[in-house]
Amino acid sequence: MKKIQILGTGCAKCQKLATVADEAAKALGAPYELVKVTELKQIMSFKVLSTPALVVDGVVKLSGRVPTVEEAKQLLG
Amino acid sequence: MSAPGKTERILRVAVWGAALAVWWALYNNLAAVATWVTYSLVGLRKGSHLGAAVEFFVYEVPKVMLLLTLVVFAVGIVRSFFTPERTRRMLAGRREFTGNVLAALLGVVTPFCSCSAVPLFIGFVTTGVPLGVTFSFLISAPMVNEVALVLLFGLFGWKVAAIYLGAGLTVALAAGWIIGRLKLERYVEGWVYEQAAGAAGEADAPMDWAARLAAGRTAVREIVGRVWPYVVAGIAVGAGIHGYVPENFMAEIMGRDAWWSVPLAVLIGVPMYSNAAGIIPVVQALLGKGAALGTVLAFMMSVIGLSLPEAIILRQVLKLPLILLFFGVVAAGIMAVGFLFNALM
Repeated sequence: MKKIQILGTGCAKCQKLATVADEAAKALGAPYELVKVTELKQIMSFKVLSTPALVVDGVVKLSGRVPTVEEAKQLLG
Repeated sequence: MSAPGKTERILRVAVWGAALAVWWALYNNLAAVATWVTYSLVGLRKGSHLGAAVEFFVYEVPKVMLLLTLVVFAVGIVRSFFTPERTRRMLAGRREFTGNVLAALLGVVTPFCSCSAVPLFIGFVTTGVPLGVTFSFLISAPMVNEVALVLLFGLFGWKVAAIYLGAGLTVALAAGWIIGRLKLERYVEGWVYEQAAGAAGEADAPMDWAARLAAGRTAVREIVGRVWPYVVAGIAVGAGIHGYVPENFMAEIMGRDAWWSVPLAVLIGVPMYSNAAGIIPVVQALLGKGAALGTVLAFMMSVIGLSLPEAIILRQVLKLPLILLFFGVVAAGIMAVGFLFNALM
């Protein structure tokens, strides 16, 4: 199962990223789990410089912006 | 290179060229259209308060929106060359003074959102960017705003734009340098430095021009989509001032002779928060009614450069004395800019 984490302290863009990632993951069809990481220390353990960020199976795939669903599919796939 | 690819490229360049030509034609005919709409179509009387206000509004809204679209698009492309990760690599381990200069400059072009101020702050200080250099970046990034810069250029000409750029960079450079000299690391929350140092995260994926143009379009959609109500509201306030406030009314309270107007402008400006696009039409109207350039500049810089929400966000990583000092030093710098320009101009 794929583990998708959304890093962000709750800004509007973080919500948007979660929605986009969810939609992309659904379209791919593989089983997944989506978690929002909002606690600052936990976010910093991924060493990102900007939020929101998308983490797939522990690897930072993207930070600082919201991708399109198509792009998100590639990042998740 | 195959022939179809080449045709497609030529076609694409032609489309962009045509789009720019349309933009230019629209931009240059706005004044005539606004006059026609106000006095012929709506039928307001020339020289009336309402007429002046409406003409201002009808002229400025499309003008500012056109400028904003073009500028945000261009900035979106420029920013695709600068990521926060790359900026950090350029700043890590810099000596203080050069580091402050570079940080202030990079603050202008690096994509930055105040909601990312905390991760960025931690990411910088734990990988060897000195505290003062980090502050130079954090001050310059919101204050020297590319939207403000180009709106000033469009509305007042290159001199005012250059003054704003120079003043913002100087304040960021000086304030960061002072904070660095004071050795205030003890006022950073302890847990920040316990974060394991190390740069990781996303590797900079190489981008082609199609991706950069896409970044420009995304920026237009996001930024123009978000700020247009502020622009319209700002211009409406500006139009009201333009039409109804008597000439030289502002000279009394915001003129160069009223020395206290500069600190007052900063005091009012700091807790206020508006984005640059909304504040500039107000600035234009104030200047037109005799307010002094230094005072207006100080007001604008304190509104867009310092804000209460940012202070609250930064409280997670900075102890209160450092936040107060940060705001104090920057506010003092902005005041110095205000006094300087009131004295010079």
